[in-house]
Amino acid sequence: MIFPSTKLRPTEHPDEPESERRPTQTLRRRRESAFSRFLADRSARTGVAIFALMLAMALAAPIVRPGDPLLITGDPLLWPFQNADHPLGTDSLGRDLLSGVMYGARVSILVGLMVGMLSIVFGAVLGAIAGYCGGWVDRLINNFIEVFQTIPGFFLLVVMVAFLEPSFVTVIIGLVLISWDTVARLTRAEVRHHRNREYVLAARTGGLSHLRILLSEILPNISPTLIVTGSIIVAHAILAESALSFLGLGDPNVATWGGLIGTGRDSIRSHWYLTAIPGLFVAMTVFALNILGDAINDHFNPRARG
Amino acid sequence: MNVLKRFLVLVLRAIPTSFVIVTLSFFLMKLAPGDIVDYLVAEAGAATEESTAALREAYGLNNSILHQLLEYYSNLATGSLGFSPRFNGPVTDLIIERLPSTLLLVLSAICIAILFGVAAGTVMALNAGRFQDRVLTVITLLFYSVPSFWFGLMLIIVFSVKLGWLPTGGAYTIFSRLEGIDYVLDRAKHLILPAAALGLYYIAIYARLARASVLDARNQDYVRTAVAKGLSRRQVTIRHVLRNALIPVTTMAGIHIANILGGSVVIETVFGWPGMGRLTFEAINARDYALLLGILLVSSFVVIFVNIMVDLLHTVLDPRIKATQ
Repeated sequence: MIFPSTKLRPTEHPDEPESERRPTQTLRRRRESAFSRFLADRSARTGVAIFALMLAMALAAPIVRPGDPLLITGDPLLWPFQNADHPLGTDSLGRDLLSGVMYGARVSILVGLMVGMLSIVFGAVLGAIAGYCGGWVDRLINNFIEVFQTIPGFFLLVVMVAFLEPSFVTVIIGLVLISWDTVARLTRAEVRHHRNREYVLAARTGGLSHLRILLSEILPNISPTLIVTGSIIVAHAILAESALSFLGLGDPNVATWGGLIGTGRDSIRSHWYLTAIPGLFVAMTVFALNILGDAINDHFNPRARG
Repeated sequence: MNVLKRFLVLVLRAIPTSFVIVTLSFFLMKLAPGDIVDYLVAEAGAATEESTAALREAYGLNNSILHQLLEYYSNLATGSLGFSPRFNGPVTDLIIERLPSTLLLVLSAICIAILFGVAAGTVMALNAGRFQDRVLTVITLLFYSVPSFWFGLMLIIVFSVKLGWLPTGGAYTIFSRLEGIDYVLDRAKHLILPAAALGLYYIAIYARLARASVLDARNQDYVRTAVAKGLSRRQVTIRHVLRNALIPVTTMAGIHIANILGGSVVIETVFGWPGMGRLTFEAINARDYALLLGILLVSSFVVIFVNIMVDLLHTVLDPRIKATQ
């Protein structure tokens, strides 16, 4: 993969040229201390904790609640905390809400992470090419980015998914299509900013190829920005996926948070918890990702803190 | 004069983008499963091979792609977006009928977002680091994380189902012959929940933006001058700090218009608001591809138009922007 998992290399500041290369043997220790320093921040801790909880829920779903979450397993319309078998209650058909929510976490998190990763790779490659090459290549790619920023994303998403038939893959394709432009625009700006810095000129004089310069010199310097953007894109993708499944444009054969909200809506007057509970899970996951993004940002750019 | 010149420059600059979007939408249409003839044949129940071929010929589907593309351009130039078989009418008419409702909703949402966002951001900045700032920061982060359609549903539960204060949906009370102020109040009652739900996310964004730019503006020389010449704190905040803090907020509002329009799809579905978003939902269910693409195009043009308007507004607000920049 082009995008390395340099998640925790906070000692590098994007504004500093990468002059001091650290010996590799101390890198591991530094990473660990960096992570614990990162966790010293309260909001970072909260974000990591909530996201870990959601992840655990997603992973544990088949163990804790085996079987298809779309099957009828109890009496219909049970309220939460009434029946030990169905702690969060059941919907109008008698499907267990806890199972739905746990399996829904799998879809949301998987879609979010896939879209985040693909958008970063795709957007960073195009943005880096545009920013590094300049000239007509830059103008062409920039116009392309502009087109995607003009078209209302959600409309495009809906059209794509409706045309390609709703499924897990088409949802991901559609979401990447409306997310990559943010990454591309940011990467382009950052690469343009770094392109003529001394350290890049030095690398060029040293005879490094353009690809090497981009990957091993510029990329490490812009990766903090990419990681922060990544967390925001994952959050947005989870929100958009829930809206899409709410409209009935998700994969109809799996339980999703948005789909659960859509089903719950039919009995909103009498049994509001069916709508409220799945939405709370969406909000909590997105909240965790947002405060994580903020915390990472503060961590890399301490001066930007207000 | 300056404004007119700027307008022409902006229109000229928007032409390539529009051209690419139109072309893209044509190829998207080719991607759609089945064409209009398939649809008509299915609707008729039965058709011979000859009549199907004759229909294809009549609709020009046997011509080369390039020819069809040129046809598509010339149709667009005359304002025709094609025919919607399911709704039995020209796509342009269907969209124009729904567009004003959506624009009303989107504009109200933006106004709510800017009003509350700037107010919250100013309070946060003036109390930076203190209790109010912390509480509002957490609240904006929550606003930032909640799915708008779900928030809309929660508003319905609280204000319509439990309290019974506001209607659950629609744009006005059906079969009521209200006039004058009663009519306006009725419309406003229907508008407030969907607009709040649509604007929520942007309240959070503008609050953070306004906080940062108020903090920044407070350290500028012209603010120091204003304080030095003896203006009250209130006057300085409103006339000098806020005025400059508004520029980044309106710039972002221009950029966000595309997203807010997109958000209207779910919000209009939740509230049964008779706009373009709701039409999108109906078009999806009917698998009406011509209509879907028409909506995509029209909404893109709305975005282009609004961005030109925002830019012109800045030309007026900030005389440093040159006409041909």
